[in-house]
Amino acid sequence: MNTTARMPHADAAPSGHAPVAAPRPFTGGTGRPRRGPRSRQWTAWGFLLPVVAYLAAFYAYPLYRNADLSLRDYTVRSFVQGGAPFSGLANYRKVFADPTFVPALEHTVLFTAVSLFFQYAAGLALAVFFNHHFRLSTTLRALFLVPWLLPLIVSASTWSWMLNSDSGVVNAALGWWGAGPVDWLTSPSWSLVSVTLANVWIGVPFNLVLLYSGLQTIPGSLYEAAALDGTNAWQRFWRVTFPLLRPVSAITLLLGLVYTLKVFDIIWIMTKGGPSDSSTTFATWSYRLGFGDLLPQFGPGAAVGNLLVLIALVFGLLHIRAQRKQTDS
Amino acid sequence: MIRAPRWRIPVASLAALAVASSLAACGSSASSTGSSGSAGTYTLWDPYPQFDGASPWGRLVDGCGARAGVKIKRTGFDTSDLTSKALLAAQQADAPDVLVLDNPVVSTLAEAGVLTTTDENRINTSRVEPNLLAAGRIGGKTYGTPIGVNTLALFYNKKILRSAGVDPASVKSWAALTAALAKVRAAGKKGITFSAIGTEEGSFQFLPWFWGAGARLTDLSSQRAVSAVTLWSDWLKKGYAPNSVINNSQTTSWQEFATGAYAFAENGTWELANARKAGFDYGTLAIPAASGGTAPAPTGGEFVTVPVQKDTGRYTTSDKIVTCLTSAKNLLATDTALSYVAPTKSVQAQQVGADPELTVWVRAARAARGRTGDNLGTAYPKISKQLWGAVQAALTGAKSPKDALAAAQSAAK
Repeated sequence: MNTTARMPHADAAPSGHAPVAAPRPFTGGTGRPRRGPRSRQWTAWGFLLPVVAYLAAFYAYPLYRNADLSLRDYTVRSFVQGGAPFSGLANYRKVFADPTFVPALEHTVLFTAVSLFFQYAAGLALAVFFNHHFRLSTTLRALFLVPWLLPLIVSASTWSWMLNSDSGVVNAALGWWGAGPVDWLTSPSWSLVSVTLANVWIGVPFNLVLLYSGLQTIPGSLYEAAALDGTNAWQRFWRVTFPLLRPVSAITLLLGLVYTLKVFDIIWIMTKGGPSDSSTTFATWSYRLGFGDLLPQFGPGAAVGNLLVLIALVFGLLHIRAQRKQTDS
Repeated sequence: MIRAPRWRIPVASLAALAVASSLAACGSSASSTGSSGSAGTYTLWDPYPQFDGASPWGRLVDGCGARAGVKIKRTGFDTSDLTSKALLAAQQADAPDVLVLDNPVVSTLAEAGVLTTTDENRINTSRVEPNLLAAGRIGGKTYGTPIGVNTLALFYNKKILRSAGVDPASVKSWAALTAALAKVRAAGKKGITFSAIGTEEGSFQFLPWFWGAGARLTDLSSQRAVSAVTLWSDWLKKGYAPNSVINNSQTTSWQEFATGAYAFAENGTWELANARKAGFDYGTLAIPAASGGTAPAPTGGEFVTVPVQKDTGRYTTSDKIVTCLTSAKNLLATDTALSYVAPTKSVQAQQVGADPELTVWVRAARAARGRTGDNLGTAYPKISKQLWGAVQAALTGAKSPKDALAAAQSAAK
């Protein structure tokens, strides 16, 4: 950067500075000393180009289209024929004023926070458990990965059968214990609990795998030292394992957050966001606006989608900042 | 230490945007020229992915193409996918020549300017029953012709009704049906199953009761509408219908009936083939209106439409293809394959002649109404969404039927 900045200055120097300027015209290249860094930069761009093109086509353009959709007043007619008028933030205002907005926001926050907490807690407990090698521990650990490997449509449908009010196995089991049947999917007060439960089950293996690999990096000597200091297992966990696992925990929680915010399939398959919007989150609401009804409302649908992107972005930036602080200190 | 200079990020993203917008430009210009393939090949989209090229429907499409002197490239989509696919294709000026489309969507696509009217495409709809054509008529113009209709009726389990002492012939009004359900319940069996899910399916299943009460879609909060919602919510309260109906799709509701534990199920023509396989004796009856008679059920089924093309010369051949697909002889074959009721009287008569069991369905189809009829058009989706919302709110007990419908009416305006 500095060298290129200096070059034009040198060129501008009066030709009277013979000792410096003279050789250049003869070698035919004021360009020569310049060519090095510039051509190198072109090569760099050449290498960058595939990535840039890929990012542009598959990330930037869809994002741009989504922003554009959310800022225009699209009807089905103008979607096809073009010429949707620019409407500024009207779609966002419409979304904020919608009676679904506040419940959907609450459900999104609750669903995400509760899912993350239990996924992380269960994942960590299992990771610590499997860290003590015992017979069959590998097999058992592999079995815990099953929820992750199953297609979501399979696991969500299975949950919805199990939680069926009348013929579900969960209510049958409750019946044996003498408890009354619970309308897991059809009661407004239970539907969000049910989809969160299913989501926790699906998310545990992800947390388990990441935290387990994090545990592997903690040297055993630290535990030996702690044991020599007379700590008990509980103290070893809180004083050694948990603090040293912090970076891995942070990234696990961040990835979990991004995944959970946009969870759509489980909720849609199990409850369609209902009954009466009682399990509607931003993700399902956005889908319903854009594709779920006979008459698509692309503008508001895109606006809700963008709100989700913004939330994820804010947490992503917070994470980067926290990480930077950590490396700086 | 080796940090990327700050300016690079904005520059890179600007470059990315520039590339993206130029790509977008290429994309739209390229596809507009590639519209609908060559002159000798016509494209047809339908919501029947279950039928492959060797199926009767697939062979019929090929045959009609051959007759019109062209080759037809057929693609089957999932019903829920087809609307957005068709909208996107039309946006790229790449719509198919012939589009077979779920009937309530016809008004949406017509509104979008995607479909040609029968004035332009010259399709003859004179033999189609007016009530079945209604879903394709918006503002005095017709946008296609039905290939067949399906509608709703009540299936019943003969054995359960016999053991409960209910005569199916007596089920002619809401009061009689509720009394029958009480008897079934007293005999220790389960009453009725239907679908009240929070999607279009929920409205589809509720409409026979809504219309059967004499309510109109233009006024959701009328006393008649309240009586229809109350009928359902009372069934749930008394245990005549299971709580699971709130989350049942029509398929899951059918699965409940197929267990043999339920006396009645509200379901469609398309389940007839499965009913024969259910392994118990079943019968069908038309859905009763509140005070007797047959309730108008909503029409289901698809319309054959001709989307707008740049080259209007293609319509002549498209018309030949559509006329062939909907000719009397082919309708009979297609509607038998789809388990649909034909949209014309003469073919309906042939269907009943071949299978007397279809009498109930033909009667239901004659009484049926288009959901987007009454010139509701694209206002229907908004109303429907409020309607299923209100039904769900009442069935879960979150609101009383009256409050739920009042809220729905003010939101649907």
